[in-house]
Amino acid sequence: MDPDLALLLNGIVSGLLLGGLYAAAAAGLSVSFGMLDVVNIAHPAFMVLGAMLVALLWGATGIDPLVLSVLLTPAFWALGAAIYVAYHHFFERRGDEAIQGLAFFFGVMFIIEIGLVLAIGPEQHFADASYANVTWRLGEIDLPLRMLVPALVALLAIGGLALFLRRTFTGRAIAAVAQDREALRLLAIDPVRIKRLAFGISIAMAALAGGALVVVQPVEASSGHIFIGRVFAVVIMGGLSSLWGCVLAALAFGVVENVTASFYGPSWSPAVAFGALLLVLAVRPQGFFGRAA
Amino acid sequence: MSDATLPAMPVLPAPRRMGHAAFWLACAVAALAVIAVLRGIGSEYAYFAATFVLQYVVLATAWNILGGYAGYVNFGAAAFFAAGAYTTVAIGKALGLSLLPCIAFAALVGGALGLGTGLLTLRLRGAYFAIATLCLSVVLQTLVVNWSYVGGSRGAYVIRPRDVPWPFDTYGGYLCAVVVVLAAAAIAIARTIEKSRLGLGLGLAALRDDEQAAEAAGVPTLRLKLIATTISGAMMAVAGAPLPLLGSYVEPNSAFGLAYAVNAIAMPLIGGTASWAGPLIGAVVLASLQQAATVTISSAANLLIVGVVLVVFVCAAPHGILGLFKKGAR
Repeated sequence: MDPDLALLLNGIVSGLLLGGLYAAAAAGLSVSFGMLDVVNIAHPAFMVLGAMLVALLWGATGIDPLVLSVLLTPAFWALGAAIYVAYHHFFERRGDEAIQGLAFFFGVMFIIEIGLVLAIGPEQHFADASYANVTWRLGEIDLPLRMLVPALVALLAIGGLALFLRRTFTGRAIAAVAQDREALRLLAIDPVRIKRLAFGISIAMAALAGGALVVVQPVEASSGHIFIGRVFAVVIMGGLSSLWGCVLAALAFGVVENVTASFYGPSWSPAVAFGALLLVLAVRPQGFFGRAA
Repeated sequence: MSDATLPAMPVLPAPRRMGHAAFWLACAVAALAVIAVLRGIGSEYAYFAATFVLQYVVLATAWNILGGYAGYVNFGAAAFFAAGAYTTVAIGKALGLSLLPCIAFAALVGGALGLGTGLLTLRLRGAYFAIATLCLSVVLQTLVVNWSYVGGSRGAYVIRPRDVPWPFDTYGGYLCAVVVVLAAAAIAIARTIEKSRLGLGLGLAALRDDEQAAEAAGVPTLRLKLIATTISGAMMAVAGAPLPLLGSYVEPNSAFGLAYAVNAIAMPLIGGTASWAGPLIGAVVLASLQQAATVTISSAANLLIVGVVLVVFVCAAPHGILGLFKKGAR
């Protein structure tokens, strides 16, 4: 095969796998930012918190990191619910969420990050899955399981979440709270309770994404920084409340970044991907697949 | 450190009827007083710490013009700050100019960048504007990383000039005096905008409270937004312009670091965003705390302090330190 074509194909495939990781990271944010209007800038920090806990637990028990991250989800759900209670009490109730709420999550992000540095240390932590060193080859294309398994698990989790949102009563209530909270009140559903539940789910997704992240690469306390822009970019390109838009945007973002990196060097990939998002925002502020803002 | 700004306090008691000229004069007097006090202390560390705190006064005041008065949250403060720092590096290297002309160039670059941001984000509000500015920061950082003339990702060394302008005995003292003047000017500009009868102050507040209503009432929201992004961008770049000379070294990761973006937001919020005094108070309190923590505990701890102070303040005192006093007076 033509080497350039092989490079391109490999770039696209590993971009799709990277996109799976972005999808995992962004799906939770799509719930909180897209559906609940909670601009949780600390989402990647929760993800790194999850990744660090998975790495520590893996070191202690040797259980598969992805299984560990699933086991962590209830704890993260509770953490998210508790944070939403505080957020609602201090900001939403007073109508201060625009700037103060943003700043609140900014502060939470730094507390998590530095808390991790002080508690565990600034060095990198990793968790090796048993399949981490296996790479499938399809002709010229490499499929490292280190990337493939987390991507598949992430897509599976997002699929489950989408089913939950579409099929169950509670799930539909979550989708509804984004659109009209007063209507929910008329149905005798407490919108605050629903949002608390949904924000818990969002943070639980961050734990899953953390498990996926730590399988893909070693994680340190500040690893979340590189994800802040990316997850918000993905959610906005995906059109906020649409989980499928989010997955598609994540895959597109991964491919664009990876192809840029393989042809022009990794130092250029952020400019291309974020420049594209800037243009999207300037031309089509509601995102590719979005409802009008 | 915090005594560095105490001389600025005398302008506080009678702000109501003070005219623009009188306020500018008061700022100039306060700046001279600060410079005199610092010369009296005369230690290099005092100069360094005061410069560190005052650069944040400029940055926070600049951020507040857009964020506090107009309600547009700019996550990209670090991008403007770094644009100023790298203007100094590039202009200094290309033309061999000294600090003051570099600051002027930084203002031009930052203003152009701000205008560009304003044009690009015309239709964006709230979180979208914030994310767009974050993207801008990433794109700019990538450009700088790949621009080998200013050192690329390795960073650039900037050597302080050997001869120090009269009447200063060290370059640190000169640099500090420059930043004092910048801070005083930033505060004066911010207050002029806030109190201006031209409608910018009132117009920006209308923009913050309800943009559509303001538009309907005949406020030229678009023009005001562009003016605010331009002024704010220029001032943030000015804040960054002395940075390379302060540490003699800049590299993209620290110049574009999240710390600047966060501090630029945290300081006005902690002080109070509604008036020019808020960012000043917030920057002095928070930057002094950080400087003290860096010296006594560790540099990791200073960001933890920002985080904790920020969370505590937005929860307990949503209108900042100024808000606490206003409540007490009522």
